Amino acid sequence: MTVIGEITHPEGVFALCIVLLWVSALYCIMLSRNLIRILIGVELISKALTLLLAAGGYLTAQTGFSQALIVTLIVVEVVLIAVAAGIVVGAYHRTGSLDVCELEKLKG
Amino acid sequence: MLILFLLLLGCALFTVLTPTLIMSALGLAATSVALSLIIFELKQPLAAVFELSVCAGLITAVFVSAISLTRRYSPAEERCVAAGRLSRFIWLPLLFLAAGGVYVYLGSEIGIPVARPLGDHMESMGVREVLWQARRLDLLGQLFLVLTGVFGVVVLFKGWHKR
Amino acid sequence: MYLLLIVPLLSVSALNLPFKKEIADRIALWWVMALCCLQVLFVFFPKACEVASWHSALISFFGSAPTLDSLARVMFLAIALVAAAALMTARYLLGVGERLFVFCCLTVLAMAGMNGVVLASDLFTLYVFLELTAAASFILIAFERERDGFEGAFKYLMLSALATGMLLTGIGIFALTGEGLSYSQAGITLAVNRESALVWSGVALIVAGLCIKGGLVPFHGWVPDAYSSAPGGAAVLLAGIVTKAAGVYTLIRLVSSVIKVPDIPEQELGVDAAVLTFGTVSLLAGALLALVQSDLRRMLAYSSISQVGYIALGLGAGSFLGLAGAVFHLFNHAVFKSLLFVNAAAVEKETGLRDMNQMGGLSHQMPVTGLTSIIAMLSTAGIPPLSGFWSKLMIVVALWQAGYEWVAAAAVLGSLITLAYFLSLQRRVFYGELLERFAGVREAGVWVVVPAVALAVLTLLLGAIFPWLFNTFLVPVAGFL
Repeated sequence: MTVIGEITHPEGVFALCIVLLWVSALYCIMLSRNLIRILIGVELISKALTLLLAAGGYLTAQTGFSQALIVTLIVVEVVLIAVAAGIVVGAYHRTGSLDVCELEKLKG
Repeated sequence: MLILFLLLLGCALFTVLTPTLIMSALGLAATSVALSLIIFELKQPLAAVFELSVCAGLITAVFVSAISLTRRYSPAEERCVAAGRLSRFIWLPLLFLAAGGVYVYLGSEIGIPVARPLGDHMESMGVREVLWQARRLDLLGQLFLVLTGVFGVVVLFKGWHKR
Repeated sequence: MYLLLIVPLLSVSALNLPFKKEIADRIALWWVMALCCLQVLFVFFPKACEVASWHSALISFFGSAPTLDSLARVMFLAIALVAAAALMTARYLLGVGERLFVFCCLTVLAMAGMNGVVLASDLFTLYVFLELTAAASFILIAFERERDGFEGAFKYLMLSALATGMLLTGIGIFALTGEGLSYSQAGITLAVNRESALVWSGVALIVAGLCIKGGLVPFHGWVPDAYSSAPGGAAVLLAGIVTKAAGVYTLIRLVSSVIKVPDIPEQELGVDAAVLTFGTVSLLAGALLALVQSDLRRMLAYSSISQVGYIALGLGAGSFLGLAGAVFHLFNHAVFKSLLFVNAAAVEKETGLRDMNQMGGLSHQMPVTGLTSIIAMLSTAGIPPLSGFWSKLMIVVALWQAGYEWVAAAAVLGSLITLAYFLSLQRRVFYGELLERFAGVREAGVWVVVPAVALAVLTLLLGAIFPWLFNTFLVPVAGFL
């Protein structure tokens, strides 16, 4: 069956995996009430992006280029997560809770 | 290889569905490990090691320290919320299947191009050469980012004692 | 021009060396102001900064010449001006001390990020510097460590992370299907794969990600919260240039360098139509929502959304005139929106209030602030002969010429609504009866009056010299297409 053939073709698997990772990340971000869990969802998006770059490097035989991109991406993610964790911890100290609903006070 | 993909998706599912925060952070670490194994299989060892050490190590440490610096509910409330949680999040596996179905349907339309023959893997350029010679501007950007990160930590974390 | 990145880096490191803290605190502000002046000088005398040995050494070090055309120079000028205004506002609000020092360092980092965004000639480099700008902005918004600041920063962070994810997915698709990631290579990839749905979905992802960063409707959710909860100096920087450099400038650059380079007339209409739709909706929605606000900064935030819609309309018109109009409006908006935010900071500090319904008659006590606000307001609404009128005229004419009459009519309608809400702002805040509790309010200090007057003079000047400006500066800008 050609449809199943599409899936078991290597690039098909990559694309499916990336799409599913994105779906789970978006789900996590939109339905979480805890701030830290939202950050975990953001991290899952980074995983999906890393996989995309790795798959790109593998499929185009330019592994050196894609590894450089992945390393840069990881460095950027670390800095962003550190700043984000700082903001979340700061918000916790100010409002006393990690609930997202506490952060809806500014209207609109 | 297919097993690694299933492992990756399984860990991601676990990360999203588990009720406690610490288990979620550990699930993220497990996802990183699975991803780094996949990257290693894709013939990119340097990136795999980086991903393993930084994401599975450093980022998990950041999350765990953030979790330990904050406490959301008392244990009784936590159990209450955890129970309600599962009913909201149980849709995710179903969503997975739905997304998979949509993908299979569209996959034939989109036609992911295979740009080069697979399995033909002489490295076009070593990673080190690429990073240090072709992409120096990115390195400068990363340097700035690290400085910004340091400032961020100093601004946001310092001074709790003063308040 | 790589100096524009190296010098900030050296400055930040030098300022943070362990000298005596008091000295560092005091010289920080002057040093960063000098940096802004250096950037302005560079825009007007580019040859002077290409001292022969440095220039070629730096270019060979970085492997490629950076993007440096008229559009880039306009952006550098805007970045330097807004950063200077933000620094002076911060000096007024924070006084000298450690917090000002940290603010200066963060502003330098944000400036470096935006300079990098402008200089980038490669999609991935663009991503790295966009993240740098975003990281510096998050810290600046949460700078005061107040509850509101954290809320605004967190919302901005979430949406920015989502936008970056979409942007990078699009970039990954380009990496997968093409040779490399520089702008020219990406353009070739698009031309070669013009029938591929995958590549076009990559383009759509990139455009959507940049629209979120620029604050176009329907992706504008973070803008009012971030602008209204940021501390005064950070708000000037954020509203004046960060959103524009990160969002709209990158859209202009990508649409003109990557998407339109190959001749694919049928398909590029898709991108034009999308940009026009977002622009029109932002324009009208932003203007209508601004009418009902009672918080000063939120009204300014919605007004920003509306003006960014104008810039998108100029881009979507697809002609030289439209592009020139968009760039000119970008610059004008940087000038008059920063002016408005500087005045808002002054009003907040002197009266302690942000709710416009409780204010009144302030122009008796704060004449300079009132007068400069009027100039900014008239320019935003597009009253001749101020600069805003000329840029809006260019955009409307370009739309009409391209055949989008309804959109042009919507743009004019948007201008009228802009006039309406700004008149209501002026009436509520500055005119009317002076309430007794404001009797002791003084004019804002020198540190705020100077940038306010300077920006207002610039608005008047740009409007007055427009005919000359059109021929010497703007036609080359559009001509880089």
